[in-house]
Amino acid sequence: MKIVTTVKRVTDPDMKVKIKPDGTGIVTDGVEYRMNYFDEYGVEEAIRLKQEHGGEIVVVSVGADASTKEIRTALAMGADRGILVETDEELDSDAVARVLAEVIKEEAPDIVLMGKQSVDTDRNQAGQMLAAYLGYPQATFAFELKVADGWATVGREVDGGTSTKRVKLPAIVTADLRLNEPRYASLPGIIKAKRKKIDRKTPGDLGVDTANRVNVLQYEAPETRAAGQIVESVDELIEKLRTEAKAL
Amino acid sequence: MGNVLVVAELQAGVVRKVTLDTIAFARQAVDVIGGQVHVLVLGDGVDAQAAEIAAGHGADVVHAGNGAAFANYIAENFTPAVVQAAEAVDAEIVCAPSSMFGKDLMPCVAAKLGAGMVSDATEVFDDGGVRFKRPLWSGNVITTLEVTTPRKVATVRTTEFEAISGYADASVQAFTADVGARDDAEFVSFDQVKSDRPELTDAAVVIAGGRGLGSGENFDMLMTLADQLGGAVGASRAAVDSGYAPNDWQIGQTGKVVAPNLYIAVAISGAIQHLAGMKGSKTIVAINKDGDAPIFEVADYGLVADAFTAVPELTEKLKSLGIGS
Ligand SMILES: Cc1cc2nc3c(=O)[nH]c(=O)nc-3n(C[C@H](O)[C@H](O)[C@H](O)COP(=O)(O)OP(=O)(O)OC[C@H]3O[C@@H](n4cnc5c(N)ncnc54)[C@H](O)[C@@H]3O)c2cc1C
Ligand SMILES: Nc1ncnc2c1ncn2[C@@H]1O[C@H](COP(=O)(O)O)[C@@H](O)[C@H]1O
Repeated sequence: MKIVTTVKRVTDPDMKVKIKPDGTGIVTDGVEYRMNYFDEYGVEEAIRLKQEHGGEIVVVSVGADASTKEIRTALAMGADRGILVETDEELDSDAVARVLAEVIKEEAPDIVLMGKQSVDTDRNQAGQMLAAYLGYPQATFAFELKVADGWATVGREVDGGTSTKRVKLPAIVTADLRLNEPRYASLPGIIKAKRKKIDRKTPGDLGVDTANRVNVLQYEAPETRAAGQIVESVDELIEKLRTEAKAL
Repeated sequence: MGNVLVVAELQAGVVRKVTLDTIAFARQAVDVIGGQVHVLVLGDGVDAQAAEIAAGHGADVVHAGNGAAFANYIAENFTPAVVQAAEAVDAEIVCAPSSMFGKDLMPCVAAKLGAGMVSDATEVFDDGGVRFKRPLWSGNVITTLEVTTPRKVATVRTTEFEAISGYADASVQAFTADVGARDDAEFVSFDQVKSDRPELTDAAVVIAGGRGLGSGENFDMLMTLADQLGGAVGASRAAVDSGYAPNDWQIGQTGKVVAPNLYIAVAISGAIQHLAGMKGSKTIVAINKDGDAPIFEVADYGLVADAFTAVPELTEKLKSLGIGS
């Protein structure tokens, strides 16, 4: 079974983002980066699928040269080889999906495992767009995945409960946080990863024009809530909710 | 071009309120781009739902698309129908609620229409062209966006829009989509979490519990309080991960976004990813035994107390004061 899994380099969510005073972007000086959380679940699931079915795991990232770090992390976890599609542009999810579509056409995997959402740009688009571009079926927000007889049966998190969908391979599956528990890279894994191959390409090599369809014109901070007050008792809480907030 | 197409969301055949909120967004959009608000309802036997949506909620035309392929939602069958409807009504903006349904479907629609897409739109306005606002970085940044394609696709952060009532009724038309059956994707089941309480995203009062509650049974006291106030119960991700609450209750960056009149966070620390889903609530109450918990930074009223005494006391006192049911 050949598996492609995607990883995006994102700002560490534990860090506070600062916006540039002129509103043209976020401050990147001194910022720490890591692999998008949801992609860790995708990589972990790829490793589990390989353990069960055998095969190869190819990890792909689209981004600046520094994204090789996140590719290495995936290789250290257990992926077999990497592909970096190098660009210094900030791509929208549509451009990412069009780039990934060309990589997938070349690699022809049985399944593509992605995160459901980037935790920096919070878009939740690339997997679904990729499915549409490739004409593959999709199963998003997966918390459970079983592969047998050329089909994937996927438990999905949806509003109002859970849902089950079956998709014929090749298919796109996007991971939700309860899919598995991503492993940490082991020391031998990290050493092995150093010898694993990372191919480099550019969107141009793949024949993709990465012009964005969505442009960000301005970044700003949200309105902040005014500081509240500490109440001393349940009685005081009820009193304030009734008379001050008029919430009861 | 003008015109907005809203893709209606039904859940187990019922029109979700988020659909009506999205129509309110669509009205804001036609104020900017001109044209009419069209709504597409897809399902197998949805004439009653189309009539319900047409009844004064701000739509001009409701299209009822009946067909066996739409009996249960899957993106593979809905996408071509939405694309055909968008072309038929010449929609400049095609939108749906930013629910799991809209998030699953709309990127496919955007790709097929060759349209740029905005997730979680909170505003649409004119500034020398159509502009959208949306939150990102877990709600810590708001961006203003321009979509460069003639058609534009959006999911709508419905907590920012209030469903309209009393608007002129819309006309209802039949819509026939040419959708060939796909043999590579199958809906298997929907396991609905049954509840008599209001839906989390619609409730005026939300009582949310965190990992600090220590067990699923301990959520019972939140349910009693929620029932007293006619509210819904939600949870932090840590509570869901620990198996104390179903996944459908998760509030936050990667769960649901709620903005009730009153939000009571019980034994929730207030991680940034949780705040992303409830910061827009009108009044926030936090009950936490740790006075330094970050939740107190966003709470209008903080009570530093043990949940196991404070919550039952609150419920009892509300009861004796006759507040709520
Ligand atoms: C990519 C990503 C996405 C995420 N998305 C979400 C999301 O959508 N929603 C979300 O909620 N989280 C999300 N998280 C997780 C988030 O970072 C926090 O881990 C989580 O919100 C913590 O949940 P909690 O407050 O219940 O638990 P904890 O942080 O463990 O806090 C428990 C609190 O309970 C208090 N407490 C304990 N006992 C009592 C008692 N008897 N009485 C009163 N108080 C008590 C403690 O003082 C503490 O403040 C996400 C994380 C990541 C990395
Ligand atoms: N630049 C990128 N490189 C590799 N994968 C990406 C990139 N951007 C997005 N993805 C994948 O697509 C998923 C959804 O991304 P998004 O649409 O940005 O929320 C992510 O979890 C990644 O798996």
